[in-house]
Amino acid sequence: MKSEKSRGRRLNERSFFSASPFLTASLIGFAIFYFVPMVISVVISLTDWNGLDRLLAPGFMAEHFIGLDNYKAILTGTEFWKVLKNTLVYIVLYIPLMLMVSTAIAALLSRQRRGVGVFRVLYYIPVLTSWVASSLIWKSLLSPQYGAMNGILAIFGIEGPGWLTDEKWAMPAIVLVSVWKDMGFFGLILLSGMVGIDRTYYEAAEIDGAGPWTRFLKITLPLLTPSLFYVLIVSLINSFQLFPQIMIMTDGGPNGATQVMVERIYKYGFRYFRMGYASAFSWILFIIIMICTAVQMRGQKRWVNYDT
Amino acid sequence: MKKTKLFSLLACVLVAVMLFSACGTTSGETPKTDEQATPAPAETSGTEPENVTITYCNFNSSGGNEETLQKMVDAFQEEYPYITVEVETIGYDDYFTQMQTRVAGGTAPDCYELNIENFAAYANKGMLAEISGIDVSGLNETALNAFNVKGVQYGLPESFSNVVLIYNKDLFDQAGVAYPTADWTQDDLQAAAEAIRALGDDIFGIWQPITYNEFFKVVAQYGGALLNEDKTAFSINSPENIQAAQALVDRVLVSNVQPNTVQQGGMGDWDMFMSGRLGMIPTGIWAFQTFTENCDFDWDIAVEPGSTQKATHFFSNCVVLNPESKNQEAAATWLAWLTSSTRSAEIRLEAGWDLPALSDMDALASYLEITPPENREAVFESLNYLAMPPVIEDYALMSDIIGQYLAAAADGTMTVEDALNAAQADCEAQISLG
Repeated sequence: MKSEKSRGRRLNERSFFSASPFLTASLIGFAIFYFVPMVISVVISLTDWNGLDRLLAPGFMAEHFIGLDNYKAILTGTEFWKVLKNTLVYIVLYIPLMLMVSTAIAALLSRQRRGVGVFRVLYYIPVLTSWVASSLIWKSLLSPQYGAMNGILAIFGIEGPGWLTDEKWAMPAIVLVSVWKDMGFFGLILLSGMVGIDRTYYEAAEIDGAGPWTRFLKITLPLLTPSLFYVLIVSLINSFQLFPQIMIMTDGGPNGATQVMVERIYKYGFRYFRMGYASAFSWILFIIIMICTAVQMRGQKRWVNYDT
Repeated sequence: MKKTKLFSLLACVLVAVMLFSACGTTSGETPKTDEQATPAPAETSGTEPENVTITYCNFNSSGGNEETLQKMVDAFQEEYPYITVEVETIGYDDYFTQMQTRVAGGTAPDCYELNIENFAAYANKGMLAEISGIDVSGLNETALNAFNVKGVQYGLPESFSNVVLIYNKDLFDQAGVAYPTADWTQDDLQAAAEAIRALGDDIFGIWQPITYNEFFKVVAQYGGALLNEDKTAFSINSPENIQAAQALVDRVLVSNVQPNTVQQGGMGDWDMFMSGRLGMIPTGIWAFQTFTENCDFDWDIAVEPGSTQKATHFFSNCVVLNPESKNQEAAATWLAWLTSSTRSAEIRLEAGWDLPALSDMDALASYLEITPPENREAVFESLNYLAMPPVIEDYALMSDIIGQYLAAAADGTMTVEDALNAAQADCEAQISLG
């Protein structure tokens, strides 16, 4: 047992060295575009840099170093908590809806029917569309008096709300558009999970007299949990990083109802010239995402089923 | 041709001399001016000026006037063959993010364009060079002063636009109300708006957005201001300002002469006017072209009515100089030509781009001849009542805070007084006025 383990380690070391020439290219990219900027942003978050001054000028640190003041200001102010609440509202609405819709899509698209390939492509088109283009289109679709959405609702005698102008409806509208955009991607991942499930389970269950609904609940769902787990982690991270649809559809409004973390970070960094504050904000966001992901990783033992 | 060459040579000598004298008086105070003066000796000694290439970044020509700007560059290079101007045009949406990154990274262009709010931030943070040694007498004084920070000229006004009251003559006729005149006050406007509103469910008297940009002007019409006189404290919730905001909000919530968001239904304000549903709209003179093409009714303009006094909007973009540029002199020559030369003004007017910020209005005579609007003089009359935006370092933050609370007041979720009190408190907490 012991010797096997050490042999494994030696093997790992050897393969690391032989792999390293192939990894350097991407490692250099990672270092320049991710790692170094990350380290620098930690330093910036401890300063009151305005985003214009020369960072490497002599005496910069002496003049601009303010310690943890940015973090203190963010955590003791009211804005951060309001923005966090807005993000949580988004998550609570978005994730269950997105999971349901994309699982349903995956279930429909996993059937071997004629023409299913066309639909697989159709559902994936929103994923390939740029966020900017689709946000602009949705903005006009959701226009209260002249938009298609309220036009359709009016046929059924429902008076549609001012989707993006009403404080209560702005975030649900953003959720709706995000689900439309993401369902194809997550649906595809869940679809590949479903296709990978051994058909014999279903055959056995059918012989035992299980109906389609029972088969879905007792076989598909449990064996789909690894894919669901992945979808959950990725979508939660994406939710915290919610940005383009907000900037284009509401710009944080109405009355701050759709202000979220990345929107704030962008505004502080590039509109209000408070790059230090913005950097501290992004590190707080990073820590929140880390904690959420760690909790999910821990929790997976309780519900994720890896025996296929 | 020959004349212009002689003139330009003289101008060069003049510039050099002025640079020298500026250097003599201010040496030690502003090292930036010294740097600027260093290349000057080459000029005065009479040798051929060295060929230089300068870069000029702008956003204003993007989306329609790239060619107009290129025409200006060509005309400039005819006069100054030794200066090559390389133009870089970036769309408005990306421009300021890009510029910030380039300034911080030390790769900013020799000279570039800024709008008024970013100008304030850049100038106060020491990112701009003083523009000296050039003749600015041809430029409009109010516009010039907007880019003067504590006595130092950091920017030259490149163009200006202002806001006038545009009205639908047909709706006024139908309602039997006399057309607006320069003597109108807000009371006259309200009475006319109510008469027009009575014409139909879908017809409204006026559209005046309840936003920060509109607000700082309307408070001036009521004798208020957002800052105290020496810009050391906020006065957002002063009685005059509350009165001003209340008047704006009441038009939506009380008399409803102005549509609320549901009545507006996501339709743009210009579209509402062009579809004949609005009696009046105070908006920028850049609307003239679009309205001329799209309105199938008669319309005209008037100076905006005031309350206790008149106050009108003024928008101006400026051009600035990078203190780290090695070609500051050539860049300043280009900027001076671009903003104040007759030739550049002609090209600008021919293309119908915007108005050059010149002090001599005769140069703009050709502009007055175009109709509609018939009362085009109102554009220039309005210049007598300019309300300048309260330019502070944290301009963008202040305008976002005030804008957010105004929106809350406009849709009735907060009273006007509460909203302005909250805006005052937020601005005081987040912005220090140095």
